[in-house]
Amino acid sequence: MQPTRVSLLRRFWPLLALCAGITVVVGLGSLLGGEQFQVTLTEMLIRMIVVVGIYLFIGNSGILSFGHTGFMCIGAYAAAWATVDPTWKQMMLTGLPDFLQQNQYPFLPAVLAGAVLAGAVALILGAAIMRLSGIAGSIATFAFLAIVNSVYSNWETVTAGTSSIIGVPNVVGPWVAWLFVLATLGLAYAFQVSRFGLMLRASRDDEVAAKSSAVGIVKMRLIAFVVSAMIVGAAGGLYGHFLGILTADSFYLSLTFVTLAMLVVGGVGSLTGAVTGVVVVTIVVEVLRHMEAGTMIAGANLHLPQGSQEIGLGIVMALIMIFRPSGLTRGREVPWPFTPAARRAKLKAVRAA
Amino acid sequence: MIGFLQNLVDALSLGSLYALAALGVGLLFGILRLVNFAHGDFISIGAYALIVPSLEVTAQLFIGAWNWTLMIPTITLIVVIAALISDALVFRPLRRATAPTLMIASFAVSYVIQNGILMIYGARPKAANLWSGLNSAMMIGDLRVPLLQVVTIGVTLLLMGGLTLFLRRTAFGVMMRAAAEDFRMAQYLGVRGNLVIGLAFAISGILATAVSLLYLSQTGTLSPTMGVPLALFAFVATVIGGMGSLIGAVVGGFLVGIIVVMLQAYLPQDLRVFRDAFAFAFVILILLVRPSGIVPTRAFIERV
Repeated sequence: MQPTRVSLLRRFWPLLALCAGITVVVGLGSLLGGEQFQVTLTEMLIRMIVVVGIYLFIGNSGILSFGHTGFMCIGAYAAAWATVDPTWKQMMLTGLPDFLQQNQYPFLPAVLAGAVLAGAVALILGAAIMRLSGIAGSIATFAFLAIVNSVYSNWETVTAGTSSIIGVPNVVGPWVAWLFVLATLGLAYAFQVSRFGLMLRASRDDEVAAKSSAVGIVKMRLIAFVVSAMIVGAAGGLYGHFLGILTADSFYLSLTFVTLAMLVVGGVGSLTGAVTGVVVVTIVVEVLRHMEAGTMIAGANLHLPQGSQEIGLGIVMALIMIFRPSGLTRGREVPWPFTPAARRAKLKAVRAA
Repeated sequence: MIGFLQNLVDALSLGSLYALAALGVGLLFGILRLVNFAHGDFISIGAYALIVPSLEVTAQLFIGAWNWTLMIPTITLIVVIAALISDALVFRPLRRATAPTLMIASFAVSYVIQNGILMIYGARPKAANLWSGLNSAMMIGDLRVPLLQVVTIGVTLLLMGGLTLFLRRTAFGVMMRAAAEDFRMAQYLGVRGNLVIGLAFAISGILATAVSLLYLSQTGTLSPTMGVPLALFAFVATVIGGMGSLIGAVVGGFLVGIIVVMLQAYLPQDLRVFRDAFAFAFVILILLVRPSGIVPTRAFIERV
């Protein structure tokens, strides 16, 4: 059957709905929000790119990866090497190759180069570890994260070690991040409905059955791993150009926890889940942050003690895992709104049975 | 030669700590299929329980100043209670969850404990002087062996022996081994699941206490994330040892200790700062050669 216009629209409906929703939020936010709000919005959008990137691998392959923060670190530093002022580089980063030390490159190629470097590292690492399933695979990605952190916080002449890289051009605002979010969503959705995505999902649900149906599991996993590492690497580049300063420790366990929390809260099984999780967790964290800063009630400054933001996030996450183990979206995409009511009831009955 | 023997003693004492931590992680994994990230934070709790809760920079020993016959049981009790509470609040409602969900849940527990410590004790590292008498050394020929290392290795052997006896000779131990073999089947045969899991958490709490006391007297510093590197090396040890195998966990722990110390000793000077990177790269290498670990268990053989 030739796909009709409606069925094509229906196939890409979740993607269109998500993009439209995000565009409305960014549009309203940049019109109405204050400066602080813009900063929060940008950070949320960058994290959305990271989480969607991680989702592309974890959601489709079913292997938990702790290593993606490492790819973010690689992308962020690579982009910063290109865009930081050469005089500073020649003084502080004496170990950089000449073409980076002498020149200054524009923002966009720098971010893309960061993504490519992250992808290349993922290709080498993935070729080795993608045959490991389950917990061995997760621990291997964890070992990778520890390696990246150890190298980037100690390689003084290239990463400035514990004293951070400063003076990264501050060019990322909500609209730049928005552009990257749309591209990422498109890529992730196209991957998951492509035959590669379907084969990978089949291997996630039943490894043995997929293997016996001629799915090259290792290859599919590797493709997803590299693509997701590139997305996360690009997000790292954006993050550096959003913060303006880079330290290796900001890409370690805490960020890994927050991004995984976002994915789990929303639901690991769907793109909608990844996006929802980012929005919900950002709102929770912001509310807690405001309560930590305190409000004036009847002349008394009431505030939660320091650290309650993180504790609150941990508790919210544990509660969601206990009461909704497959996340807020239960692994479903945005539903098609034009199904007739009668058919919807029938579908519901089928699903219940 | 003396240099090598000296390094070997260091490796054995560091390996003992990793082996103890890995045993705690491995025990829970065997029974619950839980990779417990919070184990490192149980270790931190044990260390922080020694000092007076305050945001001050200098730590004042509180329970730590007591006589050791009273202090060790008290600290053990505190850590065991913390472990049992985390089981009751988080892991018990998740009994039917998948391994990745459990792993992330334990990540959440770890995050909450770390920030709880940060809230009560402040973020800055503190110095604490526990059992400084143990820092004196004895000489065996030309070999200089700090008393603390002897104590560490001795305590480890003692705890491992005790655990083995418990698992082999007591009714509860047999139940735990049965549950590790096949949890569902053990339940059908009358083993109480929650009891066995509670026991496993309690024992992993005891092991964590031993690590925290020994580690603190070695390093003398406290920080809210002090348990993290220990837990990381403990996982790595359990995984390369063979997940679910307790012997594997011990072997893995000593192996990781030896790798780390030997890298520290024999890497060229300017590569030494990257010691951890090399150690973890080595781990990935071992995983590639033996994905199910050095001592594979039946739990990892795929059944179709």
